[in-house]
Amino acid sequence: MTKKNAVIKMRDLEVGFGNQTVLDHLDLDVREGEILGVVGGSGAGKSVLLRTIIGLVPKRHGSIEVLGVDLAKVNEAERRTLERRWGVLFQQGALFSSLTVRQNVQFPMRENLEISQQLMDEMAMAKLEMVGLTPQDANKFPSELSGGMTKRAALARALALDPEIVFLDEPTSGLDPISAGDFDELIRTLQQTLEITVFMVTHDLESLYTACDRIAVLADGKVVADGPIANMLESEHPWVKTYFQGKRGGMLADRQMNA
Amino acid sequence: MGEVLLTHKLEGERLELAAGGSWTATHAGELEALVERVADEAPEAKDVSINMAGVREFDTFGAWLLERLTRQWTKSGREAVVVGLPEHDLGLIEEMRGVNLEAAPKPVRQNPLVNAFAAFGRAGVDFGHDLVIFAGMLGAVSVSLGRVVLHPRDYRLTSTVHQFDRVAWQAVPIILLITFLIDAIISQQGIFHFRRFGAELYSVDLVAILVLREIGVLIVAIMVAGRSGSSYTAELGAMKMREEIDALRTMGFDPTEVLILPRILVLVVALPVLTFLGSLAALYGGGLVAWLYGGISPDIYIARLSDAISLTHFKVGMIKAPFMGLVIGVVACAAGLRVKGSAESLGLQTTNSVVQSIFLVIVLDGLFAIFFASIGM
Repeated sequence: MTKKNAVIKMRDLEVGFGNQTVLDHLDLDVREGEILGVVGGSGAGKSVLLRTIIGLVPKRHGSIEVLGVDLAKVNEAERRTLERRWGVLFQQGALFSSLTVRQNVQFPMRENLEISQQLMDEMAMAKLEMVGLTPQDANKFPSELSGGMTKRAALARALALDPEIVFLDEPTSGLDPISAGDFDELIRTLQQTLEITVFMVTHDLESLYTACDRIAVLADGKVVADGPIANMLESEHPWVKTYFQGKRGGMLADRQMNA
Repeated sequence: MGEVLLTHKLEGERLELAAGGSWTATHAGELEALVERVADEAPEAKDVSINMAGVREFDTFGAWLLERLTRQWTKSGREAVVVGLPEHDLGLIEEMRGVNLEAAPKPVRQNPLVNAFAAFGRAGVDFGHDLVIFAGMLGAVSVSLGRVVLHPRDYRLTSTVHQFDRVAWQAVPIILLITFLIDAIISQQGIFHFRRFGAELYSVDLVAILVLREIGVLIVAIMVAGRSGSSYTAELGAMKMREEIDALRTMGFDPTEVLILPRILVLVVALPVLTFLGSLAALYGGGLVAWLYGGISPDIYIARLSDAISLTHFKVGMIKAPFMGLVIGVVACAAGLRVKGSAESLGLQTTNSVVQSIFLVIVLDGLFAIFFASIGM
């Protein structure tokens, strides 16, 4: 594997709440153009890690560099420019409930770009069609969407400004296996056509097999294993072993080997 | 980052476009203007070739504008060729070929005049609906009250105590302060105006009767509607949004009995208590101002007070209080259950709850005034 530039670089990162430490001197790189899957038990700090990178949770110690910019050293304006270069898909979608799907996708465009309403409409429809929604869905309100459609609409909004990095927080949670599979494939295709880097927090083993280039396992506040799926199957760490070779993981691993 | 370029040159019947710079979201505005200008260029040209070799950055915005340009040419039966596109961007172009093929359904726009009339009509119908919902909620509460009377063990005492703490106990300081201040002001105004006739002493009658019959209970009801009614609506609304109420129902609980009955009963009990305390504070405030501003000593104030008021005045105020609590509770809970999925609807219903309950409290007060007058209280 060719070593590409790291677009996100975390060094010695420590995050905690009160007297509880969630991330304990963690080092992790996300390389350009890859889909990194972050896994870990419930409460291992996967979502906290994601929220720390995008700046929603303060860190106690360490450094985070995104797209070559140290997040601790930026001023407000630089930070906003940087935030325009990434998109976030929240676990519950976090669509604005008082706006239609189309307006949700247009929201970042309207705030950040000076383009005509016509182009904005066309781009919103283009993004929606790219994530597999129909023009009829565009005028619906978030409360009228199914779980899968909400995730797709939220992904379209995350992609609105053609970001370089997309953060996905459990993109397939709450979806049926077929929709989840479709969603994995969608992420894969979009990543290839748009050449984006994807940082994905997930629980879904299937996603790890089908969508991710590289996997990082979080346990005890640290990255205990990282690498492609083959490395995971060889890992000796007890949690990694149980996760990938346990009842559910083992089945997928066998299928992968036989295929 | 560089600026966007799109230069054109006419070669016989072929228009040759050379693109350059960043065809990205950041420059989408300029890019769109360029693309539109080129479309009008050289109407005599039969076909167009677009050379993308000079483009440094390219994203979906650029890809779509390129696609829009070629579509404009091919639609009028002319030929458009794109050359010089890097291999890895072909997928993006391919993706764009498939989008925006059917016109997006436009959001339906109606005549604003018709809309205004429709809104007026709808407001009338909604008012009727609200009355029906109010009656429905009152009925549901009575039914679960009946059930609780038959099976007192099912009553949620813990929840009631907790709500009583929030609605009554924690409201005491603010209620005392507000009624104290309002009556101090009324007392000051009374003394100021009665002084012209040398009738300062009658300001005590004014303060006492007003507080016990009307102001005390009204102020408390309005405060409680704003303080606890709104929080009932927001609480129940958020529970509705997160399907907690549906969960209760599927577990075989009646949400009216579990959530609504304790809240409404608490209000029915809390309002008289708060009115009583509020009236005390009000009389105290009135007396303090009468002493400091009007020179009416506390002894005279108290003597005057016992002349001016009778138990009837006190009863009139206290009888109204539980009914006002009932109205506030029923309106607030009904509004909470009407919340739909969006945050906007939660805000709307909370507003509705406060506005309607204050309105109904005042209407009710008017009805009571007529009633008490006709029975001679």
